[in-house]
Amino acid sequence: MLQDQDRIFTNLYGEHDWRLAGARSRGDWDATKELIHMGRDWIIEEMKASGLRGRGGAGFPTGLKWSFMPKTETGRPHYLVVNADEGEPGTCKDRDMMRFDPHKLIEGCLLASFAMNAHSCYIYIRGEFYTEASNLQIAIDEAYEAGLIGKNACGSGWDFDLYLHRGAGAYICGEETALIESLEGKKGQPRLKPPFPAGVGLYGCPTTVNNVESIAVAPTILRRGGSWFAGLGRPNNTGTKVFCISGHVNRPCNVEEEMGIPLKELINKHCGGVIGGWDNLQGIIPGGSSVPCLPKNICDDILMDFDSLREVKSGLGTAAVMVMDQSVDIIAAITRLSAFYKHESCGQCTPCREGTGWLYRVMKRMVSGEASLEEIDMLEEVSYQIEGHTICALGDAAAWPVQGLIRHFRPQMEQRIKDYRDGKVSRAA
Amino acid sequence: MPKLTIDGVEIEVDPGVTILQAAEYAGAEIPRFCYHDRLSIAGNCRMCLVEVEKSPKPVASCAMPVGEGMVVHTKSEKAVKARNGVMEFLLINHPLDCPICDQGGECDLQDQALAFGNDKGRFVEQKRAVKDKYMGPIVSTVMTRCIHCTRCVRFIDEIGGVAEIGATGRGEDTEITTFLEQSLTSELSGNVVDLCPVGALTNKPYAFTARSWELRKTESVDVMDAVGTNIRVDSRGGEVMRVLPRLNEWINEEWLADKSRNACDGLKYQRLDQPYIRRDGKLQPAEWSEAFDAIAEKLNGVAGQKIGALVGDTVDCESTLALKDLMTALGSANLDCRQDGAAIDPSVRASYLFNTTIAGIEEADSILLIGTNPRKEAPILNARIRKRFLAGGVNIGVVGEAADLTYVYDHISDSADALSKIVDGSHPFAQVLKDSERPMLVIGMGALTRADGAAVLGAGYAIAEFTGMVSGDWNGFNVLHTAAARVGALDVGFVPGEGGKDTQGILEGASSGDIQVVYLLGADELDTAKLNDAFVIYQGHHGDAGAHVADVILPGAAYTEKNGTYVNTEGRAQLGQRAIFPPGDAREDWTIIRALSERLGKTLPYDSLEQVREKLRETSPGFGHIDDVAATEWEQFGESGSIEASAFTYQVSNYYQTDPISRASRTMAQCTQDFVMGKTEKATGTHG
Repeated sequence: MLQDQDRIFTNLYGEHDWRLAGARSRGDWDATKELIHMGRDWIIEEMKASGLRGRGGAGFPTGLKWSFMPKTETGRPHYLVVNADEGEPGTCKDRDMMRFDPHKLIEGCLLASFAMNAHSCYIYIRGEFYTEASNLQIAIDEAYEAGLIGKNACGSGWDFDLYLHRGAGAYICGEETALIESLEGKKGQPRLKPPFPAGVGLYGCPTTVNNVESIAVAPTILRRGGSWFAGLGRPNNTGTKVFCISGHVNRPCNVEEEMGIPLKELINKHCGGVIGGWDNLQGIIPGGSSVPCLPKNICDDILMDFDSLREVKSGLGTAAVMVMDQSVDIIAAITRLSAFYKHESCGQCTPCREGTGWLYRVMKRMVSGEASLEEIDMLEEVSYQIEGHTICALGDAAAWPVQGLIRHFRPQMEQRIKDYRDGKVSRAA
Repeated sequence: MPKLTIDGVEIEVDPGVTILQAAEYAGAEIPRFCYHDRLSIAGNCRMCLVEVEKSPKPVASCAMPVGEGMVVHTKSEKAVKARNGVMEFLLINHPLDCPICDQGGECDLQDQALAFGNDKGRFVEQKRAVKDKYMGPIVSTVMTRCIHCTRCVRFIDEIGGVAEIGATGRGEDTEITTFLEQSLTSELSGNVVDLCPVGALTNKPYAFTARSWELRKTESVDVMDAVGTNIRVDSRGGEVMRVLPRLNEWINEEWLADKSRNACDGLKYQRLDQPYIRRDGKLQPAEWSEAFDAIAEKLNGVAGQKIGALVGDTVDCESTLALKDLMTALGSANLDCRQDGAAIDPSVRASYLFNTTIAGIEEADSILLIGTNPRKEAPILNARIRKRFLAGGVNIGVVGEAADLTYVYDHISDSADALSKIVDGSHPFAQVLKDSERPMLVIGMGALTRADGAAVLGAGYAIAEFTGMVSGDWNGFNVLHTAAARVGALDVGFVPGEGGKDTQGILEGASSGDIQVVYLLGADELDTAKLNDAFVIYQGHHGDAGAHVADVILPGAAYTEKNGTYVNTEGRAQLGQRAIFPPGDAREDWTIIRALSERLGKTLPYDSLEQVREKLRETSPGFGHIDDVAATEWEQFGESGSIEASAFTYQVSNYYQTDPISRASRTMAQCTQDFVMGKTEKATGTHG
């Protein structure tokens, strides 16, 4: 369990002042100039040493990603884009960071931009986040006024501008290339890769897109050293992580914990346990709506990190833990997610555009049981027909919940179909 | 040069080539819907998925550049399964109304479903239905069939240069539509029909008239402008059903302008299908022999210099030559093919050609447009200029009225006298041209038909010389014609002989009595009122302006009804082929003149088309190089003179109606109403 002195987000609950003075009292903006003077390579090496993996869901090593930016002058500006379009259902970590600890993010933006030779950084914030955008803007203004960013940021000699851009509420704009399109003023549809953003990104220039949390933890990692961060958690799954626990727990919360904490411990320690006790648990979606859900028997001893969740064919994703007890109609719950992905598909490429609607329609019939047993197999096949065949990961995200359901809750689905046949379920159910 | 293996075949390709292109070299066919050679890569249909070793997911081959040592499988189980899946997705919401779909028989989806689809569907939910969109008089829509490949969006945006098609909504509610359901204003809009891989966008005038397999396909050349677009004429029985483009990288790539595509219904209306003779002030049907007799009778005793002959804009070279020979035999030197009075110097071939060639535009680094609106005068050629513009690094200047040409240009001046400033180097654009490696200029008919046209031509020559436009293998001096017959007729020498009268002279002579007989060969773009006092012989295919003033009408053949040679604005001779027979008693034009010559006792020395063509080749070397551009000597031409300080007016004001065929076309009338008169039809919700 994470010790208090290893906590990065010390104002995650907004108990203290979120503005510049408060942030400084918690250690933000301390010796930022010296960090910059340590040089670009040192920063990237420290980040690599920390083993930090991207906190947006895919878990790509952050230091490695930063090192992909061109080292030599290309004559084109470099950009850092912070993905604050937090739209993954169940996830609410970035918003609290921006609401209560905006300076961590701003300082991270400066350091990361410097490391990637970018003089400008854009934060693309979800349109619905009103207070967050407002707080963040106030914090940006404060930082400008204090000379922390802007010309000669922190007196380091590095010029740095930070812009906040509000999105318009499309889930797909959280995909990095769709986000870039949207930032450029176009319709938010993912781009083909390659070329990757590090080569051709925002306005055709080298760009790195990072999650809020990945950037916000960077200053602390640099101050305390990559080895400190790497010392937490398990190898390849290092550091701390903010978990968002919602659903059928006694006290839903955001909590910063060590990577690799057992799921059961996470829920029992921080959330007061599952409503009605652990035995009342039906299943958990461990990493935001797009990862496959897990049944209770796996939840009993699973560790919360990228690799162990991958082993059970799920994922850490954004670490949004959604707990469902026995009262939940799990088929209906997953159907609701299918509806979400159908609604949020951008419609650009075929498998996702056509497949999400198909999944949803079949799932709807699965809820009432108005289907045949063979259709469960067909449903699974259709989901594999979407997965991996699309331009972006939304296709995968739509397929995984359904696959998780079939993998672990097939008996329930079969029972529902039989019940419908026997007249035990009405169509309205 | 990266080496890779595709289906076991090792090949070496240029770096930057995509897997799909490399697979074509390797002989592996990869199906695709959204990918198109000439459009940007969208990668959205996912039909071209292939398996690449070491890649966890199947890869969209149209968008993935090749890499050294890549091992690609296009027919592996994984690749085939991925493709089958995509095909199933494409079909679940596709209506499968092939029996009533105009695309049936030439549909990419149909063909590929046969190769990659399942024999039965598993989708039992409700299919999507989408409201049809109004896209104007050329493009008909059945949007339920749309598979969202966005080829049409990319074409209109990139090639058409007007961002008028887009997708609204998202997910399965995505709909392709024009902005506020207005008509497409591009002159190239019909090409979206060819590009659409399914039956969502179809040819509106052709709708429900024929099935593709019933059509006889004839390869020919278009005459609606002077570009010489290569076309395929699809006919059934005695009727031209539609016109499609044919690939020609030198001229039209694979595009076709709207008028060339959709004016073909004009071939059915207003036709002259039998000879007429004016009796008692009224045109009355007659037999061929009667018509010839009437002409012979009239010509009897008329001196050669009292006869004039004019050639129209869509006439083939064979007929022009025959008429020239007949006139010469009759002793007349009063010939002209420049109906519009353009100050073209027929003595120097390079002075009236588009010397750079259309494909050559892509190499130019600065372009000066003088009194021409290529978008209206030659949309295909304008697309080339836009292609050059999109490639970047070109300066385009315009002298003439500002118009939307679909690319950004430097508007030098409305007024013609700005040319003098370029000639003397005082305008900065002169320096731009001078600094360019491959500068070019284009003089339009709007500039040459002015009273000071000869001086404008002279200024063009002066600019070409002063800025070094002609050097080595580069000739940047260009004239853009609007009439398909013009260059051919100039090559034949259908211009006033010694002491002969030109168009102006013939028309004035006709009013003053100096000219008693006027032979109009398809000539309609004239001030025909001046011909009232003369005896007018009109030979042509449509009852247009010329026929109205005629005393004898000899019914000829339209371009789809005869074998003929046409020389385009570049000086490229091409052969048009007969797709159908002329209606009724109408005959191929050169044979009419040949028959008339016999009746007049001046029998022309050829009995077959091949003999006429032999004579053509003797007349001008260009006719010996079919489909090619013959080398042309650069000599001095043009006269210096003062250029009036007035704005250039463009030759073509209504793109959709420029010749007898397009004026008879209902589709073109509809386009004129929509685009020129500005009455855009609103979608009513109950329209077809």
